Amino acid sequence: MSEQIPFVEYLHLAPTPHLVAHQCTSCGARFFDRRNACASCFGTSFADADIATEGFVRSFTIVAFAAPGIPVPFVSAIIECDGTSVRGNLTNVTADPEHVSLGMKVRLTTYVVGSDEAGTEAVNFAFEPIS
Amino acid sequence: MSSGDVWILGINMTKFGKHTDKDTVDLAAQAAMAALADGGVTMADMGVLAAGCLMGGGGIAQMIQKQIGQTGIPAYNVSNACATGATALRVAYMSIKSGECDFGLAVGVEKLSGVGLLSGGNRKDDGKTWNRAGRYGAVASTDGRIGTDTMPGVFAQVGMEYAHKYGGADFKLFAQISEKNHAHSTLNPLAAYQKRFTLDEIMNDMMIAYPNTRAMCSANCDGGAAAVLVSDAKLKTLSLEQQRRAVKISASVLTSDPYEEACQVLPDVNTLTRSAAAQAYAKAGIGPEDLDLVELHDCFATAELVHYDNLGLCKPGEAADFFKSGATWRDGSTPVNVSGGLESKGHPIAATGIANVWEVCHHLRGEAGDRQIQGAKVGLAHVIGLGSACGIHILEKSGL
Repeated sequence: MSEQIPFVEYLHLAPTPHLVAHQCTSCGARFFDRRNACASCFGTSFADADIATEGFVRSFTIVAFAAPGIPVPFVSAIIECDGTSVRGNLTNVTADPEHVSLGMKVRLTTYVVGSDEAGTEAVNFAFEPIS
Repeated sequence: MSSGDVWILGINMTKFGKHTDKDTVDLAAQAAMAALADGGVTMADMGVLAAGCLMGGGGIAQMIQKQIGQTGIPAYNVSNACATGATALRVAYMSIKSGECDFGLAVGVEKLSGVGLLSGGNRKDDGKTWNRAGRYGAVASTDGRIGTDTMPGVFAQVGMEYAHKYGGADFKLFAQISEKNHAHSTLNPLAAYQKRFTLDEIMNDMMIAYPNTRAMCSANCDGGAAAVLVSDAKLKTLSLEQQRRAVKISASVLTSDPYEEACQVLPDVNTLTRSAAAQAYAKAGIGPEDLDLVELHDCFATAELVHYDNLGLCKPGEAADFFKSGATWRDGSTPVNVSGGLESKGHPIAATGIANVWEVCHHLRGEAGDRQIQGAKVGLAHVIGLGSACGIHILEKSGL
């Protein structure tokens, strides 16, 4: 099996795929990128925090017109995972307003974006409906 | 008039639309000279210049000076996303307020005809080897793979979040907001588009990012706007006609995002607007019920809805019912975007935050012709730039 790497640094593939945030040790604010200080309380100490892999759709749009090279339509959504907001695509759902709804329950899943010349696969996350 | 007040003495916006024969400097110079003439003053009087052209690179202030008059005054080049014009206005306002000068000129200009999507760019081919880059250590472009970077999509999510939180808003309601603004635009000869659309036409137009169809998106176009500001003390020395037409800036407020959970996942356009509105009403000593008209940042139909609530025009959570009541049509209790708004008047980015002030001034001066809101005495102009920056100006008719 070829080597797999996560598409972004905040996606961890093992032991099972999940997102990891930098959590301020003072106030608990969570950030998916690196920070010099907490945007909420200015604290400078952070610890890794695993993000819940299930949540609900707090908002979405179905993008029908995007930059060249981006397949459309696709569903962009804001998922609330146990109090933490996550941005991601919805997958394994028909991209139309009849099949996507506000509040629908979803869970994190992964897929292979592609392979580079060394055969390494980049694995990205998305969310799929919990049926 | 009271000591310390700052007034708009002259103001102008060019026709918004396609100006194939003019560049940004031409449009900025045209608006600036017209604003000076409107105020009955010249570049010799100006003590400060603040100007912005968001997509056009730096140095627009100095280019304007070379075009219409170089006097050695401080020139500020301003860049603050879609709030660039309001920020330029506020720089001139602060210079006068601080006592550094008596007159200031603020200019915003943009050329965007036919530009298309303003963010996202083309997706580059993925590299031959995965290399991490950017703040999230992504091995390739994230737009379309981890949500959307496009503005129609981002603001669609802003509106849908409100719909989820409070209910009552759906595709049809968002389209009806657009129907209102396009109907309003038919009375505005300076609007880029003056075409009334039926609800069916809007809902069946090309879908950009559900629930925003093309007609529900701000129109990319060319345009410039400029304002001349004056101190209270200096205004008292000017002619009665200048004093009568002057419009008081009762509040000038600029805010940025305070930290909120999720604000770095989906831009939070709400908290900073609510904060700016609260500050502006307190400074002006008025409430939202006193407003005769409002020009707010309807960059997309989905955005207009949330700002009814953010600006306190309705009770919290009741924006959908407020709109359904007809309140925001030009014959309603709180007319919103009687200019046609960004959806039809157009959105030449850096010009927008001065053009919306021009629209309000036009009504307060009683010079708005066919679209005049009768008896208008107080108005509010709001812009928001993603990132975010929110500018609010409350304007009052001269008592003379």
